[in-house]
Amino acid sequence: MSGIVVIGAGQAAGQAAASLRQEGYEGKVTILGDEAQAPYQRPPLSKAYLSGEIGMDRVLVRPENFYPDKDIDLKTNTTVTAIDRDNKTVSTESGDTYEYDKLLIATGSRPRILNIPGSDLEGIHYLRTIADVDGIRGAMQSATRLCIVGGGYIGLEVAAVAKKAGLDVTVVEAMDRILLRVTTPEMSEFYHNLHTGRGVNILVNTGVDGFEGENGKITAVVCGDNKVEADLVIVGIGIIPNVELAEAAGLECDNGIVVDDHCQTSDPDIYAAGDCTNHPNPILDRRLRLESVPNAMGQARTACSNMLGGDKVYSEVPWFWSDQYELKLQMVGFSADGDTSVVRGDKDANQFAVFYLKDGKVVAVDAVNSPKEFMVCKQLYGKPADAAALADPETELKSLLG
Amino acid sequence: MPTVKFIEFNGTEHTVDANNGESIMVAATSNLVPGIDADCGGECSCATCHVLIDAEWRAKLEPTTDTEESMLDLNPDRTEDSRLSCQIIVSDALDGIVVNLPEFQY
Repeated sequence: MSGIVVIGAGQAAGQAAASLRQEGYEGKVTILGDEAQAPYQRPPLSKAYLSGEIGMDRVLVRPENFYPDKDIDLKTNTTVTAIDRDNKTVSTESGDTYEYDKLLIATGSRPRILNIPGSDLEGIHYLRTIADVDGIRGAMQSATRLCIVGGGYIGLEVAAVAKKAGLDVTVVEAMDRILLRVTTPEMSEFYHNLHTGRGVNILVNTGVDGFEGENGKITAVVCGDNKVEADLVIVGIGIIPNVELAEAAGLECDNGIVVDDHCQTSDPDIYAAGDCTNHPNPILDRRLRLESVPNAMGQARTACSNMLGGDKVYSEVPWFWSDQYELKLQMVGFSADGDTSVVRGDKDANQFAVFYLKDGKVVAVDAVNSPKEFMVCKQLYGKPADAAALADPETELKSLLG
Repeated sequence: MPTVKFIEFNGTEHTVDANNGESIMVAATSNLVPGIDADCGGECSCATCHVLIDAEWRAKLEPTTDTEESMLDLNPDRTEDSRLSCQIIVSDALDGIVVNLPEFQY
């Protein structure tokens, strides 16, 4: 037996290590990751880890000694260069070859890079890895003016941390509202006002044409005729799934590595999990590519069970969260799926939830400092609910669960 | 080093060594105790680390915060013993604590 090889050492890989042993697998498990660290959680990187509130030990998916203790061979700083499906091996940059019986691809995603004049100036950062954030934390010590390119969740979370740290913060967004790709105009407006109320400058309809610098260091972000002065820039304009290894091996890829509802790729011995997959969601009845931790963990569990001979279908309602200032946003489903929205709670008090219904059935919620509404939506998903009852603060949410 | 005894819904027991300062959730996931998903990694964002702790041990714990209380309140399996294990920090005072696991996480 050659065992199970996992390519990638992110959250899905960390979960896979645990799941394989939890399911009683005693064979060889090898995790190959190109970063220096054991699998860690990425969500805190733009939040509590960036602010310094928590350190490395708190972001690890499992403690470092977990891997040797459970006889998991974790190879860090190891870049996989090819998958040879005929010989069932993967090879690495350093020239090593690993045989597999089953392979799990958990290569995740990488930030989209801006390739415009001045992009190589010192002081322009991306945020994906712990090394990225260590660099940003260092730069924030001496920076005074931060310009964030991209008004998505990562950018806005960083804006909140940086503002609290006393920096002058400008967010530059190419579209006509922040969070356009992920939420409704109503929620975009709420978060726009939240940030401007805390002193963040937000420029919408503002594309970035280039960066200016002096002595190799960033001094300004050029946006048409405008210039935003900055001594630190963080670019958060989305991610690209890491499909190249799978694609080169001839696995079917289409906006992600195509897997079935068992997390199996077009090769029955190869599975994939996490951000890199394009997978069917039986509940939503369509294919999704998600940038989400619960998805990475859930798919890893499903893939592991099936690699060991199980017959498990991955079927979970997607959910997400984002922390900005003292506001915890918890989301279930996709608001764009709704035809009706219902607000429950008090926006002015920063405590409210917007439920989204389609044909009278609950399909999403955006819950701000409203964990009950989040929990109820997880359970009400796809079920009919009365819009007036949802909106009425007198309605006990429990009563809706039937 | 304090120990924590986890009892699965089916009665299977797991007694693990835990480190002071880490959460009960981390003690479980670090030791392959099944039944605690902990999808959010301990941020009190997901309620998938629900556990049941009896009154005697519960008296030794810090009370629930509003967020934890709200997350628990809508859990269909909630009882008066319910807590989120990511919010309970291990200390010598909790040496030997017994933690029961629910049948499902939501």
